[in-house]
Amino acid sequence: MTKEELKSALEGLIPVEGGAVSGAAADGDSPKGAAADGAAVFEEGAEWLTMKIASGDWSTYARLLRHTPGLSFDYLFCVTGVDWRTHFTMVYHLTSTVHRQVLVVKARLDHDHPVIDTVSDIWRTAEFHEREVYDLMGVIFTGHPDLRRLFMTDDWKGWPLRKDYEDPINMIKL
Amino acid sequence: MFSIEHITHLIDAWLYGNLPPTLALLIECLIVGLAAITLFAVLGLVLVLMERKVSAHMQIRLGPNRVGPGGMFQTVADTLKLAMKEGLTPDGADKFLFNLAPYLVIVVSMMILAPVAFAKGVQLWDLNIGVLYVTAISSLSVIGILMAGWASNNKYSLLGAMRSGAQIVSYELSAGMSLISIVVLTGSLRISDIIASQQNGWWLFKGHIPAVISFAIFIIAVTAETNRAPFDLAEAESELTAGFHTEYSGMKFALFFLAEYVNIFIVCAIAATLFLGGWMPLHIGNWAGFNHVMDYIPSSIWFVGKVFSLIFLIMWFRWTFPRLRIDQLLRLEWKYLLPISMLNLLLMTLIAINGWHF
Amino acid sequence: MIEELATTDAGEMVVNVGPQHPSTHGVLHLVITLRGETIRKVEPHLGYIHRSIEKMCESLSYRQFIYVTSRMDYLSSHINNHACALCVEKGLQVELPARAKVIRVLMDELTRLASHQLWWGAMAMDVGALTPFFHAFREREAINDIMEETCGARLTMNYMVPGGVMADLHPNFQKRVKDFIHLFRSKIDEYDELVTGNVIFRSRMEGVGRLSAADAISYGCTGPTARGSGVRCDIRKLAPYEIYDQLQFEEPLETGGDCFARYLVRMREMRQSLSIIEQLIDNIPQGDFQAKTKAVLKLPKGEFYSRVETARGEFGVYIISEGGMTPYRIKFRSPGFSNLSALDHMARGYKIGDLVAIMGTLDLVIPDIDR
Repeated sequence: MTKEELKSALEGLIPVEGGAVSGAAADGDSPKGAAADGAAVFEEGAEWLTMKIASGDWSTYARLLRHTPGLSFDYLFCVTGVDWRTHFTMVYHLTSTVHRQVLVVKARLDHDHPVIDTVSDIWRTAEFHEREVYDLMGVIFTGHPDLRRLFMTDDWKGWPLRKDYEDPINMIKL
Repeated sequence: MFSIEHITHLIDAWLYGNLPPTLALLIECLIVGLAAITLFAVLGLVLVLMERKVSAHMQIRLGPNRVGPGGMFQTVADTLKLAMKEGLTPDGADKFLFNLAPYLVIVVSMMILAPVAFAKGVQLWDLNIGVLYVTAISSLSVIGILMAGWASNNKYSLLGAMRSGAQIVSYELSAGMSLISIVVLTGSLRISDIIASQQNGWWLFKGHIPAVISFAIFIIAVTAETNRAPFDLAEAESELTAGFHTEYSGMKFALFFLAEYVNIFIVCAIAATLFLGGWMPLHIGNWAGFNHVMDYIPSSIWFVGKVFSLIFLIMWFRWTFPRLRIDQLLRLEWKYLLPISMLNLLLMTLIAINGWHF
Repeated sequence: MIEELATTDAGEMVVNVGPQHPSTHGVLHLVITLRGETIRKVEPHLGYIHRSIEKMCESLSYRQFIYVTSRMDYLSSHINNHACALCVEKGLQVELPARAKVIRVLMDELTRLASHQLWWGAMAMDVGALTPFFHAFREREAINDIMEETCGARLTMNYMVPGGVMADLHPNFQKRVKDFIHLFRSKIDEYDELVTGNVIFRSRMEGVGRLSAADAISYGCTGPTARGSGVRCDIRKLAPYEIYDQLQFEEPLETGGDCFARYLVRMREMRQSLSIIEQLIDNIPQGDFQAKTKAVLKLPKGEFYSRVETARGEFGVYIISEGGMTPYRIKFRSPGFSNLSALDHMARGYKIGDLVAIMGTLDLVIPDIDR
């Protein structure tokens, strides 16, 4: 499935906002980074089709992406949290073992209250990946069955992968 | 021919000739006790070195080769190291049982030494229920292992001990059945009688296929009983770290280690006695000439040769096979070995009654 | 904390396997709940060697950060480096000389072989056979020697640079690799004789740790773990990088989903790697081993993702660049992490001995999981 075919397939499924924002520029400090409620925005210029959605829509869209025949994104291969200082972005890399197309989904999260729905009930692998993001980034996944520290000790203070994290003792500065 | 028998008789005669009988008996007991302990120490040293060398050569290594010629004193050095180490007792352990367990295990293996005939006329105690005594006493070692596992207050130890309990109790049955099949042939439980009955050939060859089957079952069962790979579930270092002796260190660990090797020696000695004629040279029926030539080899050499071949076999198992799982281990015993050995015993009885054996 | 729990309310025993345990191959800590010997639950506790490599890389330049990744999956360090180099090259849009591509693939496959050899020995040791370990290491030594000659190191090779490889092949390389192929062709049959056909080994492996294809996909398993369940997931086939699309090799698939299927996949993969090396060793093109790149690399603003197939599965590098000398955010998708998450699902209902066997066939490398 090519990028364009996937794009048109998605447009039939999910409400998409007309104007696509160009490049990764939209991700930085630009206020256009967040899509309007309920609409997804396609991002151009990346290797794979990238779709930006509002964080509230994620679990609905995830279910659609997973279960729609012809798309069946059954394989979540990477979950990344990015701290943009003003907001967080959750990046989900999805692929299908049937059709082999790749889709990147990005959801913008509030910096003070980073909350997003869990997808660990859709893709079991997300359980560990979300725990990792929670542990290192402090993103809360609502509905996650076991949201605890994964790498850090249970009583660790702070979120090490955040840009503002300072650890005077253990920090390695190069 | 040269034989240790002469020496023992000489000492016996001298003691009873020059001393009052009570004192002579006392001194004999002392000598025997000392000899047993020395044998223990020497066996431990030799067998550990042998195991290391055998495993090394199977694993394309050289093994110990720095301490002494060919690494001969490596085990001496190891023993010294173990003796100097602190014998830790964990905090939550049942101290009395924890410290008692290794001694119980070692005492049990010492006790089984009693009826073993090392050479012609060299036997500590030729009691009339020799085989029964061996099976009875060897079952006791499981108590020591259970004690160690329970008292350690460690879950790995407990799991190892429970495994060991299940395993030894099960495999005792097959081992006992195999022993009984030879007892059926000889009609005596006395070790010296059993050896004497192999004057014209070893039971392994005289007893037809049932004897071979019971020999194979006996070797499998005793490998399991001594907790050796592929049945080393009680230790299972990749699963239970060290099993029942996880918490032991220093000399107490060394005692477990020693007991394991002495147990191997003893079970191989029993196997050699019952199936391969003990110290009896290889005799074939009435080939007088051949038998006479064989008699020129001292009986002690025969015994040691047979025992060490069997020990080598058991070591070979260890360094070749993967470990069984606990349910597979028990299934092997209860579903295969036990029925087979029961049937085998029946066959053996038939052979013995009809006198079909050679 | 759960570590202090001795038994659960249901009378089940809680046992800590690790962080120091002979079969966790490192410092993995599993809290297992047992009923008798039967496993009810496996809960991995990670982080004993978490170094936050992702954070460290945020302050390293694009030339430097590659070498930190050697310390993740140290058994496929070369392939890890390869993924990072590919990702940087994607950003720089550098075209590699043909020679560099072939050298990279050759080294990748040698690394994969060495990794599988170590796995084979270690897994046999997990199920209680101690001798295969030494046999495996004897052959692995030959690969290490080849690596040492060309790369200067035996474990963390650090041979990749953006735009190619760091140095040209050693003059002895071709001869030694050919010798190795000749040696290993016979040894791999020996491996089969020693372990694969063994009755006890088969009974320990067959039907143990079943993972269905759907579960393998859902848990994000990759590499031999997923291929043992019949899921096609070889990145070398699905999204070929370097010259993998021009090579003749097959992706071994087994449908059993049990430990033995995973075992067979890896054994067959070793033969495939050998055949790839055989195809390339006489056809190394002449030319540069490195493309010309600037001394200080700057990636354009954007996002770059590269996927490679390591010995354990799919390894992904996700770089978000803001146009500077260092990555703004870097994410490593490590195969072991996802494979580990399926462990609980696979081990439930089996015995302790099976847990060890399952972990053996997952081929976990703890620094790869902890990062």
